This record gives sequence, structure tokens and C-alpha cells, in this order.
Amino acid sequence: MRGSPGSRGYEDLPEAIPSTSGRERSGDSLYRPPEPGGPDARRCSTGIGADRTRLLDMLWDLQDTWRYVPEPVLADLAPKLGTTLLDLRETASFYHFFHDRYAGRHTIYLSTSVLAQQCDYDAVLATLERETGTLIGGVDPSGAFGLFETPCIGLSDQEPAMLVDSIPFTRLNSAKVTSIIAGLKAGHPAVELADPEIHDSRTVEYVDSLVESNLRLPGVVFFRPDPYPESFVERLLTRPPEEIVEILAESELRGRGGAGFSTGVKWRMVASAPGPERYVICNADEGEPGTFKDRVLLTRSPRQVLLGMIAAAYAVGARHGILYLRGEYSYLRDYLEQTFEEFRARGLLGTGIGGRAGFDFDLRVQRGAGAYVCGEESALLESCEGKRGTPRVKPPFPAQSGFLGLPTCIDNVETFAAAARVLEEGSRWFRAVGTEDSAGTRLLSVAGDVSWPGVYEIEWGTTLGEVLEHVGAPDAHAVQIGGPSGVLVAAAEARGRRIAFEDLPCNGALTIFDPTRDLVDITRQHLDFFVAESCGICVPCRAGNVELRDFVARLQAGRASRADFARALACADTVRRASRCGLGATSPKPLLSTVEAFPAAFEAKLVDERGPLLASYVEDEAVVPADVYRSVREGRR
Amino acid sequence: MSVTITVDGRELEATEGETLVEATARHGIRIPTLCSSPEHRSVATCRVCTVRVNGQVVAGCTVPVRDGLTVELDTPELRDLRRQVVELLFSEGLHNCPSCEKSGFCRLQAVALDLEMTSSRFPYRHPRREADRGSARIWLERDRCILCHRCVDQVRDPDTGDRVFAMVGRGPGARIEIDPDRADRLTDEQVANAVELCPVGAILHKGRGYRTPIGQRPFDVRPVRERDLEAAVDD
Repeated sequence: MRGSPGSRGYEDLPEAIPSTSGRERSGDSLYRPPEPGGPDARRCSTGIGADRTRLLDMLWDLQDTWRYVPEPVLADLAPKLGTTLLDLRETASFYHFFHDRYAGRHTIYLSTSVLAQQCDYDAVLATLERETGTLIGGVDPSGAFGLFETPCIGLSDQEPAMLVDSIPFTRLNSAKVTSIIAGLKAGHPAVELADPEIHDSRTVEYVDSLVESNLRLPGVVFFRPDPYPESFVERLLTRPPEEIVEILAESELRGRGGAGFSTGVKWRMVASAPGPERYVICNADEGEPGTFKDRVLLTRSPRQVLLGMIAAAYAVGARHGILYLRGEYSYLRDYLEQTFEEFRARGLLGTGIGGRAGFDFDLRVQRGAGAYVCGEESALLESCEGKRGTPRVKPPFPAQSGFLGLPTCIDNVETFAAAARVLEEGSRWFRAVGTEDSAGTRLLSVAGDVSWPGVYEIEWGTTLGEVLEHVGAPDAHAVQIGGPSGVLVAAAEARGRRIAFEDLPCNGALTIFDPTRDLVDITRQHLDFFVAESCGICVPCRAGNVELRDFVARLQAGRASRADFARALACADTVRRASRCGLGATSPKPLLSTVEAFPAAFEAKLVDERGPLLASYVEDEAVVPADVYRSVREGRR
Repeated sequence: MSVTITVDGRELEATEGETLVEATARHGIRIPTLCSSPEHRSVATCRVCTVRVNGQVVAGCTVPVRDGLTVELDTPELRDLRRQVVELLFSEGLHNCPSCEKSGFCRLQAVALDLEMTSSRFPYRHPRREADRGSARIWLERDRCILCHRCVDQVRDPDTGDRVFAMVGRGPGARIEIDPDRADRLTDEQVANAVELCPVGAILHKGRGYRTPIGQRPFDVRPVRERDLEAAVDD
């Protein structure tokens, strides 16, 4: 949730506050939404019952209904879930898409990704602010529009892009924005403006009318014609579950979420972990800036992904599954659920799958709500349980103790799709593709300064130079491999390097920058991202990333010395080593890898210390009280 | 089961499954800790106990001991890393020891002294965080909070078991919130425990303060290093 309720001041003694609804909300728009009453709190839990693990769905329901999550409604809901208001606020406040103040009849999220900023972002933002009548971060006086920033929404190949009431609008420009806002003002729902032909939201035509797939290069593993699901399942059931696990292990398929752990070994761990039940969870929380291949995979090949999950369920003995879909991809939900429905109707989900008595498996979509860290598997589990996405301490690993403490097989979208393909073609076939340590192919989300942005399937081991040639990037200067949590390399030096776990591992994004791009500023933007997305629970990540970001900002302002630089690099190393989860461990990489590849870009901006004063010294900041200075500075913006 | 681990070249007997921090303490080797102490476990939030185990940098409080672990603890690199973490806390919050009721009781202050920190190498941010004085029993002074999560996990309503504290927001905006109604139902002993549980001066007992003269407070009398080792042996 954005914004925070003011904590109570000294004079507000407990008895002076009649109910939690009495809290002052400074900065509200003039518009007052109707005061939520009791009955609607019940409404939101209809169909979900009093299941605390479904809290995110309930919060989405409230957000969609009230355009924020009203505290009185939460207070009403808490006892029904056997918990307290504070406990529910704890979860709600973690997620970017849940607001504790009215967020407008239409809630607009403009993508602030690095790539958006390199398109027509400033003009789009200015037009949005003018047409909606509010500055970014606020709600206009009439209450019609809430306008907010959001990190990459998985549309890097068609930026600038925004979500309006969860509906994506891409390739924005001033004229397009003007017409969209005019349409909304005229009373048209966002979905009708994005899809004037009004397709059924359960169809691929609907998804295609909203966003482009830009599938440029399908390969041998992905985007094949769908296997006939009945025969896939029939073949699956001819083998005992242990054999399925062994086929996966022999294929040497490695997880595509980033860590590259052997999928077969993971499935074996889950299958052998003791527990009354097991879960299969698909991680579709594709939050790494610059990555969008899972969106395209879910659009073009949802059946292949689902077959992979069914195979996993069979192999590990799971009866329940969850597909955790990032909130930004909400427009895929009906389509995915329709795929599940189709499978149920064909006897491929539910009880007695493929006619095999005792093989029961079904799943649901869990919609995320704007939290990058939920892509970390244990944070994702917490989120599925209706809690904050705080990563867990490992061990135990999800394979041993995952969703609700049960052994859980959690894999990336691409991993499940690849697993289905392995089972179709066999492990030897799969292992023959790729390299020694990286079997198969890799999907790349290619964007930035290229002729043909989109999704490419490459064989592991392909050199960066070959990829750059293929995607049309003759001017490539720097390449961000695997998003900000990956590495930035100098194109000139890295052309001969191979994309593979053993050389340049890549978790799915390839973002290309030409020589006109300001790499120091890109570093700062990526650090901004990690500052905002840190869960905040451990010191190095929460406090350290702020230091790193502030250092780069000072460097840009010409106020960083060589000593500051050395200190920042040491701090980056501490954040990398000492953080509690993978987010913190990778968050300093924008700084560390950009400095390694382009040291001169940073060194050129260093200044000498002037006499006894620190380079960072600014007289204005030193003599004006900090809050006054801050408010003046805010006012200037 | 008894196993052998190596800490900075020294072989030690340990019990399989206990944490590295516990195992070393029984041999008089202290891994500094902030969010956890011999009396209070934690969810590994502060990272001050960072050590190197079998080549990997990890938080010592999360490592279950098994046979053959090789631990590096007292190297210049790791000492500096641990101190940086504490310095980050001093930059992030507002820690003004001379005016703080918890001075001498404060684990952050004691650990900083133990790590020979004199000032933070990072710029002080001088944050302005609102205090929550809504409870009649507890004063929540957020300037000093280091978000260790102890109060969230361990302070509970005596009747219902509901939590009294929670962490809201995220990233640098994360903060601890208090449920004043539930806080007011805590027994005196529970409030005293909550104050003691807080490793800094963020949770204060309203109506009480400065009862122990400065100079006679626990960490004034004995350094945290000695106290922790003694408590670990008593365990």
C-alpha cells in the first residue's frame, strides 16, 4: 500500500478515538468516496469463506470495489478470519497495488522502467498529468483518476506502457493518452478502449488485442504446436512417477528462475519428503525488469505449461497446485482459468486424471499484487498463504517445507514448459541441445536499442555476438543480461561470450543500450528499483541499498569523491554477501557490474575534496533544517 | 550427536543441530549478535553474526551445526563487514545515546562498542519518524527502531495470543506498528519483558524510566561479550 496512516499523536489518547475509521488521512483528494459499511466486508469473503490464506484475493476484491482497502472494512473482516486489524494491515501494506487511501475511480499505473524512460516517457507523463488533472502519485480533485508510478510491467518490448484498472495500454504517446483519458471521461471502461471489438476475456484473441506477443524466434523446445494433451497424459501414465523424475534428472534440465537448480533433483526431493500432502506451484511472478518471456509463454503455450505442472503433480504426488500470476498480468487470468476449465472438461484436471483412479490434481490462479520480492520462492509461498512477501530463512527449503509447511514443488513457467517438452521427446534429445552444463534452450526477452524487440528462443551456448546480430543491435554498447539482478557487460568485450550457466548465465532478459545511453543513470534507476522492492526485513538490503543509490545520485550531482566511491563499492560487497535473501544478494549488481564493465563512466564523475569539506557537503542542506529543505525541494519538483 | 567443527583453525566439539552461534559460545568464542541473543531467538534480520562457513558467507544464527563445518569468524574482512552492518543502522536511524533511556541496556550500543565502532562511515540520514504514543502502557519511539522483528514475533496478547506489534510497509519505509488496545491489556511483567526484548530504545514503559542510574546498567558494568558467553553457558 502506498501512503501511510498518520500514527497517533501525543494528544490522541486511545479513548479519544471512537473507532479506527476516525483516523485523519492527510493528503486525501477532495473527493470523498462513500463510507464503507459492514455488509460489504462480508461480500468480499463470499466464495472464499474465512480462509486466511486467500487474503490477497479478498484485498483485491476490496481494492477493486472501493478503489482502496478501507480500514473499517478490514476491521470488520479481521474477526471473521480469526485475526486482528493490525495483522491484515501488515499484509495489505506490503503490496504496491493495495492502497490505504482512495486511489481514484480509474487507477492508472505508468511503467517507470528504464526502457520506458528511453521512449516517450516524459511526454506521456506530462500528458497524463494534464489530462487526468493530478500529478503522479495523487488523485485528481474529482476522484476520477489516481495516477501512480510502477516498476516494469513486463511490456519492455512495447513501452511506454501503463495499466488502467489492470488493463494494459502499450506504445503510448501523447495523442494516444489524450484519447484514452477522454474515453474514460466519457464513461467507457478501460477494457473497451483497449479492446474495442470486445473479445471474450477468456480467449487468446482478447489477450492479443491488448498486448503484442512479439514472438520473433521459436526454437525446438518452446512455442511448438501444442501436444495433444490426452496423449501426453496417457503416455505420462504409462510410466511410474519415479521414472518421470529420473527422465527429468537425466535430461539435466535446470530451473529457469535464475538459480539453475536441477529440476529432476528438486522433484525427487519433493517426492521423497514426508508430508500428508504435496503442492505444485508455478512461479509466474515475472518481475525482473526487462523480462516478459513468461507472459508470452502463458499467452501462446498455456497448455504446455499446464502439462508440465500435471507431470510434476504426478511425479511428486501432489493433489493441489497454484499458479502465482503477478498482479501486473491480471489480464491473463480469465484466459488461464479457461485453459484450466478446458482441461477439467477433458478429464485432465480434477479427479481420476486420464482415467487413472487416484490421480487427482487441480489448481487455481493466485493473483499477486505488486511486489518483486514475491518472485523469490519462499516469499511467493508466504504470499500464497495471504501474508507479506518476506522471504523465509532456509533451510528448510520449499521442497521439504513449502506452502503451509507441506513439501512443495515450485518452478518457473519456462521450467514447467520445458519439462513437458522433455517428457515428449525424451531426456537424451533434450540433453543433446545446448552445452555441457546447460541443457536445452533459453527464452530471451529482448528489448532496448534493437530493431526487433521480442521473445527469442536460443540454444544455450549461443554467443552474445550471434544474438546481437540476430536481434538487430549493430550499435550495442552495453548489454544488461538477466535484468538488474544479472550483469551489465560491454558489448565490445563480451561478444564472444556464450549465454550459458557456465559463462554468462541469463535468467531471461537481454536489454540492449546504445552508446547514447547514460549508464550511470541506468545504474541509479536500477538501484532505485531495489530500494523500493526490498522487503525491508534485513539491514544490509534495506539500509545498504539506500547508501548505494544515494552514492550514485551524489556522483551524478558531482558531489562524490574517490573515497566515497571506494566506500560504496565496499558497501555493495557487504549488501551482496550479508543480505538475507536473493534480492539483497543481487541488488548491488547494477553498481558492481556496471563499474566493472565501464569504470571510466564512474571515474569521470568523481570530484576532488575541497579543503576541509566533504565532497558531499552542500551548504543549503547543512544550514536549513532538513524538513524545511525537504519540503522546499518537494515543492520545486 | 556430538560432531566436530573448525572455527578459525580451532577444532571444537558441538552438538549436531544447534546453531553455530550457540555451539561456539559454549567454547568461549562469541559471534556477535544483535537481533538474537542467548535469551531471545530471532528471524535472522540484523546479519551482524555474519561469518564464513565452508567458504560461503552466511548468518551464524541460521546455520545448524553438522560435522566438519569449517568456520571463519575473526578475519579483517569479516570484522569490517559486521561493523559496516552496525554502522548502516546508526546511519539509518537516530541513535543519540546520551539522551536515551535505554543507554546501558541497549544491545545496539553494546555491540557497536564491542565492534570498536566510533562513528558511522556512512552519512547520517537524520530520519524523522513519528513516535506512537497511543498506548497507555508503551511508548513506541520509532527513531531508534532497527526492525529486528523480535517484538512482532514474541509479544502476544495474554488472552488471545494475538500479536501486539506488526511490521507494515516495506523497504526503507517499513515500520513497526503497535495495537494500542492489545498493548494496554498486557500485564506489567509482559510490558517489562517487551522493553527488555527490544534491543534498542524503541519500546519504552510509560511511567517508568531512569530507575537504574547510568553507570550501573548491565552493559555499563560488563561488556556484551562477557554477558552473552555467560548466558550461553547457563542455557
